[in-house]
Amino acid sequence: MKKGNNLSQGKEFVARDFLVRYGFILVTLISFVSFFATQDTFRLSTTFFSMLKYTSVVAITGLGIMLSMAVGGLDLSVGATAGMAVTLSAMTMVVYNKPAIVAVGLVLVAGILIGCLNAFLIVVLKIPDLLATLASMFAIMGLKLVPVNGRSVSSGMMMENGSTAPGKFTDAFLKIDSGQLGPIPYAVILWMLLTIACWLFLTRTTWGRAMYAVGSNPEASLLAGINVKLYRSLAYILSAFLASISGLILASRIGQGDISAGNSLLLDSVAVALVGTSVLAMGKPNAWGTALGAFLMGVVITGLTIAGFPYYGQDVVKGAVLLLALVFSFTLSRKKSRFISAV
Amino acid sequence: MKKSLEIRSVRKSFGSNEVLKGISFRIEPGEIVSLLGANGAGKSTLIKILSGAFTEFDGEILINDQPANISSPLQARSQGIETVHQKINEGIIAGLTVAENLLFDRIALGEISRLASPSKMVREARNVMKSLDLDWDDSILKDDVFNLGIADQQLLLLARALSHSPALLILDEPTSALSNAEVSRLFTIIQKLRADGVAILYVSHRLGELEELADRLVVLRDGVIQSIQTKPFEWADALHDMLGMDLRDSQFGIEEERGTEVLLSIKDAQIFDESKPWSIGIRSGEVTGVIGLLGAGKSELARALFGADKLKGGTLEFLGQAFKPKTPLDAIRNGIFLISEDRARDGILENWSISNTTSLPFLKKIASGKILNFNKETELATTLIERLRVVTESHKSTVDSLSGGNQQKVMVGRWLVQNSRLLLLDEPFRGVDIGARREIAQQIRDLVKAGNGAVIFSSDIDEILESADRVLIMVEGDVKFDSYLSETSRNEIIKKMSEVA
Repeated sequence: MKKGNNLSQGKEFVARDFLVRYGFILVTLISFVSFFATQDTFRLSTTFFSMLKYTSVVAITGLGIMLSMAVGGLDLSVGATAGMAVTLSAMTMVVYNKPAIVAVGLVLVAGILIGCLNAFLIVVLKIPDLLATLASMFAIMGLKLVPVNGRSVSSGMMMENGSTAPGKFTDAFLKIDSGQLGPIPYAVILWMLLTIACWLFLTRTTWGRAMYAVGSNPEASLLAGINVKLYRSLAYILSAFLASISGLILASRIGQGDISAGNSLLLDSVAVALVGTSVLAMGKPNAWGTALGAFLMGVVITGLTIAGFPYYGQDVVKGAVLLLALVFSFTLSRKKSRFISAV
Repeated sequence: MKKSLEIRSVRKSFGSNEVLKGISFRIEPGEIVSLLGANGAGKSTLIKILSGAFTEFDGEILINDQPANISSPLQARSQGIETVHQKINEGIIAGLTVAENLLFDRIALGEISRLASPSKMVREARNVMKSLDLDWDDSILKDDVFNLGIADQQLLLLARALSHSPALLILDEPTSALSNAEVSRLFTIIQKLRADGVAILYVSHRLGELEELADRLVVLRDGVIQSIQTKPFEWADALHDMLGMDLRDSQFGIEEERGTEVLLSIKDAQIFDESKPWSIGIRSGEVTGVIGLLGAGKSELARALFGADKLKGGTLEFLGQAFKPKTPLDAIRNGIFLISEDRARDGILENWSISNTTSLPFLKKIASGKILNFNKETELATTLIERLRVVTESHKSTVDSLSGGNQQKVMVGRWLVQNSRLLLLDEPFRGVDIGARREIAQQIRDLVKAGNGAVIFSSDIDEILESADRVLIMVEGDVKFDSYLSETSRNEIIKKMSEVA
């Protein structure tokens, strides 16, 4: 009798472990296959790649958030940083009539500077991560409006002095989003390369190992001789850098300096990074999980849109996906996850 | 109301590790029973069962010969059982005043309104204190609890327990933070309680206290009651039962090492703001034991030598060179390693494998450039597992899944497998079973025989006697005594430790 009990209990554990490990991948596959089977438009390869292209912005921003989560924090300023990238690249090309390469360079430098600012607030001024990046989020959102007088920047717009803006979004810049290598959009290639880079960085280098250590237990890391301040700074700098890259893709897609760009990006990216922690029962922020989380969000949103699901219901779906992932990593998993609970 | 407590064939296991192997004894009203046992004997487990913290166990607890159901701390209290736990910070609630802390149980139960005015709170608190003959000023009662000294915090917790007029009182090392004067005041209170018919379970390592207080002595080792004594106590027998014959033998077998070269010289060190500066040399080739009560400044000294904190004053010289560690990294680069006191808080990374935990302080050594070499990492972990005989399925098992002793072997071993010049171990044997304890002690011994230095910081005299060659006694931040163990005695050490400046 007792033996039988143990056996069935064992089976339950196996099923549970399987769900915790592969549940999220399974859900992704099921959603993909069911849309694939029922929606004709979903089967088109162009749909597939444009879906990936649209997802890439959230995915790359999510990678940044994921890095900040790896050191036990959360970067709330990524959406604002991407929005800054949109306005700054528009200013550079439209108002100052500079080539795309200058716009890209300026945006990336500005991203790194924002990362340094966050690092300074958190590491030197010792403000808790969430509060520091919340403050810098507001500061960045506000500051980017000052030089453009709170207006969106577009080609041919009227300037303060009555003249017309001299420049425009150059073709080279627009290629960031619209360009393709064969059937694959540049943005998607960039997303994959950055995912691989983050994966290698976190799992194969001493830097990544140290960052996970800091996120897991800062005091223990310090006593193991890890330069905790350095790695926390590094995570926020990389996070802002990645956000500025996704801002460039966004700017290239919109083709104008829309001041509201990037506003919804923060929550979506937090969601994919959180979802990513549950993939393969990793229990910690990781690159491929984040990519898969973004992919599932893309599949579900695209599929439902094609099926005629109203756009205003999308957030409900995102919420449900996030909830499902959290059930996998908290309710079902027997491993305690320190990373997410800290958030 | 007077109550008796009976523990009948209580067993408790954690996984495959049986910690209590059938414990039975009885405490009558108006009796003080002392529980004596080394670390890991099962004392805390028993206390946690009696106080309602552990609810899953085999056996029975009887109160007044009726089976009692103690399924939560609250239920324990409602049946008249009060416990004063050893760890003070688990009882003190930061951010509240002394009065609020004193009345916390009643506030939590809603007996005192959460919105009661501070003056009412103080009035209530004063009544409680008066009934215990403690004359604490109103200004103290209104103060934040963190401004209390550690001894007063201990008294506060005791007062809180007594405010419920318990029939059964459990005291777990209540004097570890108290000075002599405070101890004697505590004893007066305890003896009064006994006269009132309270049944008391008293746990302490200090034999002198047990001699003075206890009516009966229950000696516990490895989860089994070895003997029960009534007055007059035979201490030699009790210690023999508590420590086990084999341990006693091995204790005599250790040959004292004496080093000659000063490895680290500490000059005019000041641990606390008001403490006296002192100088001392830590020698290689011998194990230095630093012993002192809780709050004597041992951890502060250890962390300062490691660069994790700063000394209030003084300078360090390592191998004849000025040594000013700003971070632990500076110390590690010089081969000075610290195994910190609280391994759960300051050492273990949740869900991290043995391999990853072992390599963390030495990532450079398992990497080519910045790229990790997993083979080297596995090799390092395997070396550790073999050398310290860590009981584990694989180097990939998480450290938190190991038993306390094996966890500590990993935490100590990850430093031992590297080239250390000076190993600082802060309470390395806490929560560690006797086997692991001896194995770790042996590794430390091998390390100093190879010409390195080791300092063991401990508040347990047996641990020091068992593992050190030289003993330094710290009292309130000051080093009061420096001697080789063969030139002093246990009694002298205990006496010096309890002397107050």
